[in-house]
Amino acid sequence: MLAPLPVRASAPMQRTLRVEASQFAYAPAVLEVNPGDTVTIELVSTDVVHGLYLDGYGVSVTADPGQTASLTFTADKAGSFRFRCNVTCGALHPFMIGKIQVGPNTWLMRAIALTVLALLAMLVLRPELAKVEAG
Amino acid sequence: MRFELTRIPFVKTLLKNRWPQLLIWFVMLAGFIFAIQAGLFGTAVGNRNFGIVFVWIAWWAVLILVAVPFFGRGWCAACPIPLPGEWLQRGAIISPPERKPRWFNLRWPNKLRNIWLQNLTFTLVALFSSVILTTPKVTAIVLAAMFFLAIGMSLVFKRRTFCRYICPVGGFIGLYAQAAPLEVRVKDKQVCLTCKDKPCYNGTTVELRESSQAGYGCPWDVFPGGLTKNTYCGLCMECLRTCPYDNIAVNARPFSADLAKPSTRMDEAFKAFIMLGAAMVYAGVFLGPWGTLKLAAYSVGTTAWSVYAAAFLGFIFVLLPASFLGAVWIGKVFSRVKTTLKKSFTAMATALVPLGLMFWVAFSLSFVLTNGAYIVSSLSDPFGWGWNLFGSAAVPWQPILTSVLLPLQTLVLVGGLLWTATTARKASLEVNISAVPVIVFSTAATIAMLGLLL
Repeated sequence: MLAPLPVRASAPMQRTLRVEASQFAYAPAVLEVNPGDTVTIELVSTDVVHGLYLDGYGVSVTADPGQTASLTFTADKAGSFRFRCNVTCGALHPFMIGKIQVGPNTWLMRAIALTVLALLAMLVLRPELAKVEAG
Repeated sequence: MRFELTRIPFVKTLLKNRWPQLLIWFVMLAGFIFAIQAGLFGTAVGNRNFGIVFVWIAWWAVLILVAVPFFGRGWCAACPIPLPGEWLQRGAIISPPERKPRWFNLRWPNKLRNIWLQNLTFTLVALFSSVILTTPKVTAIVLAAMFFLAIGMSLVFKRRTFCRYICPVGGFIGLYAQAAPLEVRVKDKQVCLTCKDKPCYNGTTVELRESSQAGYGCPWDVFPGGLTKNTYCGLCMECLRTCPYDNIAVNARPFSADLAKPSTRMDEAFKAFIMLGAAMVYAGVFLGPWGTLKLAAYSVGTTAWSVYAAAFLGFIFVLLPASFLGAVWIGKVFSRVKTTLKKSFTAMATALVPLGLMFWVAFSLSFVLTNGAYIVSSLSDPFGWGWNLFGSAAVPWQPILTSVLLPLQTLVLVGGLLWTATTARKASLEVNISAVPVIVFSTAATIAMLGLLL
């Protein structure tokens, strides 16, 4: 699970991403950056006040309607992270969610690998699982 | 392997005595009525309203992460919804009265003695969940409707028909209670066979109303002597109080004990599909990044919502069961023993119980850890009126433990799959088919859920 995966590394770069926030979605909702990138998110709110809180990094920004607010951080943690609205913006506010992928989603790959390995281990340890009874 | 908890004198006294349970009931009832009040009269902002925050975040967290996995129907024993109806039905709150009130006292129709209606009520709640979960007034109306329906049904029908046949929550708690490490069972079935009056089912006679074993017949319409699984036992402890032979035990047992005896009922099989499918749809709608999907689920009555509803129903009632049926059919091909497809289908659906439960745990972990902070602020300002009762109204929203969320969800889902594989194997022995296709089906569902959550 914890071993490094053979993924291609890219040179870190400056990246500016414009994200539009409106009730109750971000556009684009999925962002992709490389590990080590310096990322600036320009949050533009198109209706009410919205925010963006990034899980795992603990950074946030708030944008007033029609205004742009910027958030800059170094993507030094690889993986898939949710970002969420942190300003109450309406009924579905708690579910206004986007996703940022720092490098490939290695956690998902590892989880799928773990699933398959766990099942195989179970079959090895308990081969009767695959057997059919003659009745 | 069982350990009888009621051998411990303190536990037995605590469970036999009506007062501790009554105290819990009063607290729950007060909280429930307060949640309805907050929903009706408090702020329309869901995450600032006690009704939404305490029902859909606090209660839900306790229910799905603790109560159901460890205590099965433990929540049903504390639930306030059926209480006023039951007290009216009995004409008493504590000990049985001298004279029973004369309500209609009808028997629930035979054709409805299954959980299809519960499947329907849960599906309805699930279809409208984007609105119910986020709109305080709608939550209050749904809770009040359940409350008054339970009262009405108690006055018309015998026992707890609302809990047993209608409650949208009770249906899935019953399904997952089979996996819980707690049960009420009789110690010796022979004692029940020779017991003449069966007070555990019929209630104690009027002559005994002053005695220590005074009590009511099983509110859940279950004869404890015939209990073999947890699904319909509400853990109310009435049988523990009324048994004249001290023949009722509350046991700690291994997880999953009831699942060794697979279900033969189609209504229970479909409950498993509804729950499994709903967890996957919820993960996509509520935790996914797809705004269009969220808006479609929320915009009840629009074309987008109709498409969403059709897709939701198609996924739960057609796609999942049809794929599962295919898996069961393939499993049967490898068998030389002839078992009907229907019997194999219902038996193998038992394997989906741990899978569905773990899907709900994984979904709820994310939902609860990211929204749990609202509990602190809404405690101080339950109506969203600007109060600050405990000085915590201004505590800012902050997700908690998000760094351990993905590992936890992964372990829960992978663990659930292994649990399902073991259960599938046990069920397959009962119907003599191969468990492998069902395990492959469950693996595909788990990978899909991992993709939605991670």
